[in-house]
Amino acid sequence: MKILIPTPLRQYAAKKDTVEVPAKTVGEALSSLTSQYSDLRRHLYTDDGKLRAFVNVYLNDEDIRYLQKENTPVQESDTLSIVPSIAGGFCCPH
Amino acid sequence: MATVAENIQPVTLSNEEVLRYSRHLIMPEVGMEGQLKLKAAKVLCIGAGGLGSPLAMYLAAAGVGTLGIVDFDVVDFTNLQRQIIHSTEDVGRKKLDSAEASIRGINPFVVVRKFDTKLTSDNALSIFRDFDVVVDGTDNFPTRYLVNDACVLSGKPNVYGSIFRFEGQASVLATKDGPCYRCWYPEPPPPGLVPSCAEGGVLGILPGLVGVIQATETVKLILGRGELLIGRVLLVDALGMNFRQLRLRKNPDCPVCGTHPAITKLIDYQQFCGIRGEEAPVTTKVPKIQPEELKQRLDAGEDIFILDVREPHEYQICNLNGYLIPLGDLPKRVNELDSSREIVAHCRSGVRSAKAVEFLRQAGFQKVKNLVGGVLAWSDRIDPEMPKY
Repeated sequence: MKILIPTPLRQYAAKKDTVEVPAKTVGEALSSLTSQYSDLRRHLYTDDGKLRAFVNVYLNDEDIRYLQKENTPVQESDTLSIVPSIAGGFCCPH
Repeated sequence: MATVAENIQPVTLSNEEVLRYSRHLIMPEVGMEGQLKLKAAKVLCIGAGGLGSPLAMYLAAAGVGTLGIVDFDVVDFTNLQRQIIHSTEDVGRKKLDSAEASIRGINPFVVVRKFDTKLTSDNALSIFRDFDVVVDGTDNFPTRYLVNDACVLSGKPNVYGSIFRFEGQASVLATKDGPCYRCWYPEPPPPGLVPSCAEGGVLGILPGLVGVIQATETVKLILGRGELLIGRVLLVDALGMNFRQLRLRKNPDCPVCGTHPAITKLIDYQQFCGIRGEEAPVTTKVPKIQPEELKQRLDAGEDIFILDVREPHEYQICNLNGYLIPLGDLPKRVNELDSSREIVAHCRSGVRSAKAVEFLRQAGFQKVKNLVGGVLAWSDRIDPEMPKY
């Protein structure tokens, strides 16, 4: 299945905007992604292995929190989107 | 579908306005009835920057009767690449004044209400009270959450838009039955985890795209027409020119807009976003100098080398005639500095310069101090003419 990488995270995924992974569930897909690109791990997951609250994951157009979260089954033709919160403009000036 | 039609008092259009809005009036989707709704509407734009510029201009052109603008910033050169409500001769001018002038030029029938202030938990609810719709064009997480919560608490829809480099998001949040920002993102990113925008930049056209999407949704809200981005997020990818939609659900357990809200008044959003005050730990450890002492010593003719570690565009807003080496460049440009001279490092608020002082001390510089509070403190305490940003 396809995973769409958002702009802020592309620098941790060898600048790719899309990654193809084999997977049967959302969890497997993300796991495969973070094994290929280990820098992504801390941006997507907390230290205790939970998906970060400011990053949402969508299976096609539906938020996985309203499906079966990481246990949501996926098909090859599905697309996973990682959508972090963005605030625009220039970040908190020091 | 949510509308603001219920709050509208009847107004009239002069012959001049009828001619001005003729292209609206001849369309059944707007017509006289719709144009009167636009004239009676009061829209608050938070921010007259990248998103706020096209937004305010198009709302003015459309004939929104009252436009409120909240912005305490000053126009600088690097804004002109995208903040098209401001022109070159406005550099150095308050964005509020520049925006008001542009709006007047586009449509003198629009009443502009200026709020020259930072939006805070103390003033948000009272500012929002007089408006029907709030459009969020801000650039930081604490304000995003503040605007969201204030919209939910005051029952005003939040026409949301945000951008990052060449991607954008748009949605209509905080409607009565729709989701709010916290339903979508319950928590902000901790500072330092999201890649810095400073080296990222932004495609100038992008806030134009997203800002006009926000203006469109605002007009539709006022007219009570079309399908709004309620329960939907529009994702814009300008590079690929792809527009996608995601479903956004209202969270019944949302602490602000859910069935049993835990948050019933505005909180400390800086704290919520994990941003400490300006005295971060590193600033207390390095040798420092207060603005008053620096001023005194400079006036007495002492030989002090002022090192400015901000970015070039900040230097253009205001400066102390310092020697500019942005913090990120300091390691490779340290040989431009003379360690035998007394050096005072400064930045905007004293945080970056404290890091610079620490770095220089570790590199063997013994006569280097941090200017406490940076140019902000200088403006506050020494030279009020110096703009703050």
